[in-house]
Amino acid sequence: MSNDARTEIRTFITTKFPDVTFSDEEDIFALGFVNSLFAMELVMFIEKAFGTRIPNEELHLGNFRSVALMADLVARQTSAAVG
Amino acid sequence: MKAETRSGPAGLVEVRRFVDLEIAPHANAFERAERIPWEVLSRVAELGLWAPFLPSEFGGEAMDMVTLGRVHEEVGRGCSSLRSLLTVHSMVSASVHRWGDQEQQEKWLWALARGEKLGAFCLTEPDRSGSDATAEGTTAVRDQDGWVLNGRKKWITGGQVADLLMVFASTGSGMCTFLVEADRPGVRVTPLPHVSGTTASMLAEIEFTGVRLEPSALLGPQGWAAGTVMTNALGLGRYSVACGAVGIVRAAIDACAQYTSVRSAGGVPLRDLPHVRQMMSGMVTARDAGRLLCERAGALNDAGDPATIMATWVAKYHASKAAVQAAGDAVQIHGANGFSPDHPVARLYRDSKVTEVIEGSTQVQELTIAAEAYREVAQ
Repeated sequence: MSNDARTEIRTFITTKFPDVTFSDEEDIFALGFVNSLFAMELVMFIEKAFGTRIPNEELHLGNFRSVALMADLVARQTSAAVG
Repeated sequence: MKAETRSGPAGLVEVRRFVDLEIAPHANAFERAERIPWEVLSRVAELGLWAPFLPSEFGGEAMDMVTLGRVHEEVGRGCSSLRSLLTVHSMVSASVHRWGDQEQQEKWLWALARGEKLGAFCLTEPDRSGSDATAEGTTAVRDQDGWVLNGRKKWITGGQVADLLMVFASTGSGMCTFLVEADRPGVRVTPLPHVSGTTASMLAEIEFTGVRLEPSALLGPQGWAAGTVMTNALGLGRYSVACGAVGIVRAAIDACAQYTSVRSAGGVPLRDLPHVRQMMSGMVTARDAGRLLCERAGALNDAGDPATIMATWVAKYHASKAAVQAAGDAVQIHGANGFSPDHPVARLYRDSKVTEVIEGSTQVQELTIAAEAYREVAQ
């Protein structure tokens, strides 16, 4: 699940920003291309692609800084929904 | 505001009849009085139109965004001031639904859905450009009992009659959103009269002086994610404005078709003049294109697709410019009568210009939409 999530998240970002290169662990906010609109798009994408609603307490920068952290967030949300 | 309850929101045919009979014929009078009468606001509640997109457990009907857009288009056809009130009320209602905790939802959503409480969106400040959404001039300071709010907001649509204010304020560590009852001690509402455009939308400047708020007044996440609260609400507002702008184009077409059918120049009915036909054709095409763009944005929103964000920017960009063009052409077609309060087109022109300024000015939209174009080309 986590690797699939990483792939989907990475594909979404690189489709929008094909010129940007980054690793799964790299802080994408530090690269400077994430504005408030794209942040909202990221939230919507994760909620739609993985069928989850991110609760307020999980909506903090620390969960969105990298592809790996977003995939971890997805894993937590989907396991919480199953459990 | 008390209103009769009903089993569901009005259908589009009923909304159209409401606009034809109770809104459009009186919109110039609303503008002159600089307010929408309470009876009309109660009728909106009776028809279930304040927040029909809310789920049934909160008094709504889970209306989809495409249909909501058509409702706002119809209302915008009759009176942009009333549509503006629907816009900000929708933004507040949707935000409480999306970001509110159970206590906030139970406290507010039923009353918002029934129009018993009206919402206002308080972001813009008097000393800053509306395009600068940092809200740094309004502060919320945390203490042992909750928050203390200070600052001023300006150009607040519906501010004169709103019960619930959705206020953006700086907390020192970033911007946060607060739900503030308008009758709290320290809240002072000052009407903004004689505004040209959406003149009946009961605009106000609102000052907050040492307003004490419980911890539960905080809406949604803090810090970085608080920006998504604002972005999300403005997205819905932008969609509503776009749909309302399509309504303005329709009103311009209606007015011109009627006027040019009974007016003549040199023995020739105005409707037969090529220049009139050219302008009418432009309006019809702009109306259809605007509606298609709005429907696309609404459908993407209904699907939860993040592409709705950019689609909404594009829809609003087109529709607001189309409304200004159509209303301007309508004034031109009406000649001197176009400036008269006996015709709707001067009001349409004033109202149309507002749609190019609010919820992202045309120039800010051009930055965003053009950036998307460059990204697409780079792919």
